[in-house]
Amino acid sequence: MKQDHLSCPTNTSVELSELRLRDALALLEHGSMSHSPNAEEGGLAYLQKIIDGLCEISLRDPLTGLFNRRYFDSILAKEIGHVARSGNLALLLLLDIDHFKKINDQHGHLAGDQVLQAVSRCISSCVRPRDTVARYGGEEFAVILPDCKADYAGFVAERIRKKLAELNIQISPALQLQVTVSIGGAFAPMWVRSTADLWIESADTQLYRAKAEGRNRVCITLPQILSVSAEEKSMLFQPSTGPTPAWLDPTDDATTIPPMEETHE
Amino acid sequence: MSDVQNLPQVALIPPIKPMGKVMAITSGKGGVGKTFVSANLAAALTRRGHRVLILDADLGLANLDVVLNLYPKTTLHDVFTGKVAIEDAIIKAPGGFSVLLAGSGLVEYSRLTNTMRDDLLGIMESLSPKFDVILLDTGAGISDVVLFAVSLASEVLLVATPEPTSLTDAYATIKVLVAQQNRSTIRTIINQTARMGDGRAITTQLQQVLDRFVQNKPGHQIRLVHVGDIPADPAVREAVMRRQLLMQNTPGCPAGVALSQIALKLEETVISKLS
Repeated sequence: MKQDHLSCPTNTSVELSELRLRDALALLEHGSMSHSPNAEEGGLAYLQKIIDGLCEISLRDPLTGLFNRRYFDSILAKEIGHVARSGNLALLLLLDIDHFKKINDQHGHLAGDQVLQAVSRCISSCVRPRDTVARYGGEEFAVILPDCKADYAGFVAERIRKKLAELNIQISPALQLQVTVSIGGAFAPMWVRSTADLWIESADTQLYRAKAEGRNRVCITLPQILSVSAEEKSMLFQPSTGPTPAWLDPTDDATTIPPMEETHE
Repeated sequence: MSDVQNLPQVALIPPIKPMGKVMAITSGKGGVGKTFVSANLAAALTRRGHRVLILDADLGLANLDVVLNLYPKTTLHDVFTGKVAIEDAIIKAPGGFSVLLAGSGLVEYSRLTNTMRDDLLGIMESLSPKFDVILLDTGAGISDVVLFAVSLASEVLLVATPEPTSLTDAYATIKVLVAQQNRSTIRTIINQTARMGDGRAITTQLQQVLDRFVQNKPGHQIRLVHVGDIPADPAVREAVMRRQLLMQNTPGCPAGVALSQIALKLEETVISKLS
């Protein structure tokens, strides 16, 4: 975003009564703001509080209090840029509650909501304050862990999985529920032209794998080790179709290729 | 829910812009003519009226200076250390194009550091508007520095010779670029070919091995595009030994004609679609 989009008009005197603040205040009240703006604080401070409150609401998921998809997307994009510039590792975890639909079907949506809230609190308690925990959609959560060492990835994901599996969620005096989660993880692609979409796709593939392999488990993309096998090498020089390529045929005049010491560099 | 005072900071840093005019020239194996191709391709593109810059991205063992017989007082190193502004490190090469040289033997650049990433990105971002084409002459191998330099480019030109070792390294490079950078198109230039058609045959061969062994994700086809061959030509050796540009000395020799054709093809297929 360009900086000039952000600059504010100067020397504008705002008459509070001319601003339609009623809807904003109603929204803030509904969002159970901890500090409701107080009109007596004076014009600017009051307005600032309303703006802060609206920003806060626009970035949070109302049910769980976690960050919402909008905030998550912006942090993910920022982190991709940070990784490209710094070379530090960053981990993305995608979590999905196993068989969540059954909970809704058997115990009702209110019970489902309580489960989502308990799971949210539990995930947040397992990560560092600087990590971003977001509700990604329905029963899916996402955690962005900046500057996360490679060895640490499995450990932190496993800690979340275990803690959640051990969690007893008290729905009512008579009803206690337990859930498990499947977790897919991927490190941010380190090259410059990578995108947030590629990163999500990679974590999502792992989440899909965790589900397919029986749920209640962690799958994380590990750094790939690339090598060229003997089979690949042999196919490079011995094509399966047709004779040896002409440029490698020693009986051919291809041997007139200048020796390597005559390099052009 | 957190209090208003702890309002999260929404990310408002500028995203890294795609660098559409940047072509990386890479090879895997050293000594296949990467720098020779970069310099002469720059000259050929300049002849066709483009504003061209070569950035010597072989930070550890740069030798573009040797190829061009240029030994400027200021190099990329001075830009990195903040000694000079980037404009002051850019010089004109004999072929009429601009060059930003790394300065040779800077061992400290053989490993990619956080500062280098940031510096190189900043440099590329500031240079990008000033040129029609930027060629990145990368180092040999597939080190972090090379891969990072390649990642700055929208197009990859892979230089190889028909030598088996060069082909193996080219193949390994393609594999890494596909896996790590999600590249789907890589363009090949085959240097020092014995006969017409050898380069295309080599590219086809590389493609067949890729199709067989490198798993394509659905909707992500890896495609090698053969840009051209540069025939083995004694005039090349002569120009290299005299440290002169082939495109200036003997542009009409077989290798020179081939380079002109490659420049034309790149102009038609790539450059015209970039800016």
